[in-house]
Parts: sequence; C-alpha cells; structure tokens
Amino acid sequence: MRHSFLDKYSQLHSPIHHLDPRVKLALSFAFILGVVTTPPTLWPAFVLYLILLWCLILISRLPPLFVLVRSLIIIPFVVVVAVFVPFFSGGGVAGSYSLGPWQVTVSHHGLMVLWNVVVKAWLSVQALILLSSTTRLPDLLRGMQGLGMPRVLIMILSFMYRYLFVLIDEVMRMRQARDSRNFGGKRLWQWKTIGSMAGSLFLRSYERGERVYMSMMARGFDGQVRSLRRLQLSYAEVCLGVACLFLVVAVNVVPRFAFPM
Amino acid sequence: MFAQRAIEIENLHFSYPDGRQALEGISLSVGRGETVALIGPNGAGKSTLLLHLNGILQGRGTVRILGTVVEDKSLRWVRSQVGLVFQDPEDQLFSPTVFDDVAFGPINMGYCEDEVRRRVSQALEWVGMAGSEERSPHHLSLGEKKRIAIATVLSMSPEILAIDEPSSNLDPQGKWDLVELLRGRPETKVIASHDLELVQALCPRSIIIDGGRLVADDATLNIMSNIPLLQAHGLAPRRISVPAARA
Repeated sequence: MRHSFLDKYSQLHSPIHHLDPRVKLALSFAFILGVVTTPPTLWPAFVLYLILLWCLILISRLPPLFVLVRSLIIIPFVVVVAVFVPFFSGGGVAGSYSLGPWQVTVSHHGLMVLWNVVVKAWLSVQALILLSSTTRLPDLLRGMQGLGMPRVLIMILSFMYRYLFVLIDEVMRMRQARDSRNFGGKRLWQWKTIGSMAGSLFLRSYERGERVYMSMMARGFDGQVRSLRRLQLSYAEVCLGVACLFLVVAVNVVPRFAFPM
Repeated sequence: MFAQRAIEIENLHFSYPDGRQALEGISLSVGRGETVALIGPNGAGKSTLLLHLNGILQGRGTVRILGTVVEDKSLRWVRSQVGLVFQDPEDQLFSPTVFDDVAFGPINMGYCEDEVRRRVSQALEWVGMAGSEERSPHHLSLGEKKRIAIATVLSMSPEILAIDEPSSNLDPQGKWDLVELLRGRPETKVIASHDLELVQALCPRSIIIDGGRLVADDATLNIMSNIPLLQAHGLAPRRISVPAARA
C-alpha cells in the first residue's frame, strides 16, 4: 500500500529544497533556540520571526495552507496544557468571572505565560514543518550524521522510517482479517481481541527484527555502522546559512534595545 | 587458492535453542558454477541449511566454502563470497533508499566511495533496475523488491548465491522474469524452493531435504519423474489421477 510519507512535498524543487540538510538542520535549531530565548513581552521580535519564517516558506513553494493546517494540528496539545495556566498564577488581576459556584480569576502574569507557550510552540512547529517538508528523510538523516549525531541513533531512526509503513500495512491486514470474521460482541470481548492483536503485532515485529539482523550480518555487518560521506557544502550554502543565523540572532537581540521595557 | 568445490558440507547437525532438531547429518557438495535446487516440504530445514552457508548459524559438522572452513575467523571473507537472499524482501531491504541498501554490503566490506558507487550501479543494472537508486523500498512492487534484494548481494560480487524461495508470492510473469535473471548469472547457485516449475527451469540438479535429513540428490529430471518419492516428501499431490467420474 502507498502511504504519503512524513516528508510530503519534499520532492518539490526550490532553493530551500536543494539546500544542504546540515545547513537546514542547524538553522532550524538556531531558529527554535532564538524563539525560545526571546522574552515573551518582546512583541516585535515575534512578528519579525514570523515574517522571516514565512519568507522562507514562500521561497520553498510549500502550499501556505498546508503549513498552516499542519501547524494548527499541534496547537490543541499546547492549549490543553496552557489553558489552565492563567488561572493559577499570581500577579495583577486581569478579570474575574463567576462560573456557577466558582469564582475564576485571570491574572496578567498567567495570560503572559499562556501567550509565551502558544506563540513559541507555534513558531517552532512551523519551523519544523518547513524543515521536514523540504528535506527528504534520508537526506535529513544524512544531515544529522554530518552534524555528528551518533550513527546508532541514525540507524534506529532510519529503521523507524522504513518499517513504520510496513507495520501500518500489517495492522490494516489484521484488521481486515478481524472484521471479515464479523468482529463485534461484548465490549470486554472486543478489548480482548484488540489486546491479542497488539500482542501478535509485537511478536511479529520482534521476529522481523531478528530476520533483518540476520540479513544485515549476511552482508558483512559486524556491529559497526559505516557509511559513505555524501554531502558537500558549497561556499554559497555556508554563506546563506551564516546570513540566516545572523538574522535570527539579530531578531533575538536587537528589539531588546530598540524596545526597552 | 583455487578450490574445485564451491560448497562442501560434512555431517552437519543443528538444533535450535528450543531443542528442535533442524538438521540431522547433512552431507553434500556443490561444484563451482553449478545450480542446485534444495527442495522439500515446509519446515524441512531448507532455510536453516542456507543460513549455515555463510555462518549466520553454525552447527556441528563442517561447512567449507571454496575450500575454506566456515568458522568465526573466516566469517568476514565467507560472507563476501556467499550472497544470501532472504525470502521476504522486506527483511532484506531495511534502508530508506535503494542505494543505501545495495551499498550496505560493499560499505561493510570497506570499499572506497567510488568503488561502492560503481558496484551499486553495476548491480542495479544486472537486475534490470538501473536508475532506481533514490527510490524508497516501500514504494517498489514485490517483483522489483525481489530484484533489488538480489542486487544487494550481487554488489558484493559473491562467488555463490544462496536464495530462499525466490518465487514466493510473485505472479507468473514476475516469476519468469526472475528465472530469466537468475539463469543469466554465472555464480554458483543454491536455490531453496518448493516451486517445482521454477526448479525445473533453473536447476539441473536437485536435493530433497525432509525432516532435517538429505533424502535424495540427483538430476532434477530423475527426481521429477519419481512420483512416489515426491509424494513421500510433500512435493506432489497425494493422488495423481484423472478426476473420477462422479456418480
């Protein structure tokens, strides 16, 4: 079965797509670090981050709606965590409401914390969407390796990418087999069936793992992960990377002086 | 060093950790350039025997590859000489791209980058999949996966190919394409299968294994015409007859 991969749109062509994965990885990391370390009251900085990010997204020719929708999918998780924060922290009172028997007080400080979490998570997620949608996963792995990530971790990630969809196919086949035998009956019975499906999926994966390992040994694998170095940084790419890095740092630092609090 | 025999096995015994006896005293010999079929019912020990050819499993008895005994200190060399192709290509193709998979063996053997690239494109060309380096194994058809799986060992330029069930799950056309491909390969081939059509098309010689023992070793023609022998080892229907007229 064909699944749309995690790295949808990574086959497009744009300057961003063709950029060396190491530069992209480093920049994404720097961007997120920049966003996270910006004080939440520094509003102009966040606007500048957003403009910078969206310039890159437009250059990369990703459909803007796709990026927005994807980024919104992450927001509920953040909101669930953050929505309770305004009610529990001290500081000036922004408003007081009575909900039935409860008296709810919203504090300024709490609202600031909420804003802080939401805007930083949203910007970071968009940066990651840009990274993962403009870089094929194999390239991303090569980039991580180029940046010195341990080979074993890279190998685990690459196995995950390779077998995730094999597993999904297997689950779908098991479900079809279950449904074709008229799955139904009592709730408890259903849970039992699902439990044993999960168990047999685990066993099958375990056995597959053994077979994969045998096939690796058969081709001379001795526990040491080797690979070809296939990445070459061009001068232009380095320059571009450094330029973007300066931009991120500038956005992080300059508004602190331009808009002193 | 030039050995006449590609594979020599003497009195090989193997039992799995759970105590199940898988091989009981197998002895056989395969000459260089020969194509031999290993046939037998499910669970006969065919796959287990193949796993001994490059030392993934090591039982009691001796296995010699091109005159060298398979033991821990010769493993590296032996594995470069015996290309083992597993039954399920999903097990064999574990990398994100076809290139990475075909390059895995040569990289482990320590070739330089140019040599690895040369071997990969050569192997892909041999199996008729030139230019598919950047494709993802998950998006290949089963026939293509089988071809790439063969390419992953051809890139190590082995002397011997040991192939487990090459035709399983393939449609007839895919199967005959594969037969064509294997027929054109000069390597010594050991093919475990119970697809007798494929065996007759590819292998002049057949070995029947059942219950971990070697039962017959003869020209494929003789074995295929010995219906009682085939029936006794799960390789032919219990009754071969014209369907009786129904009352």
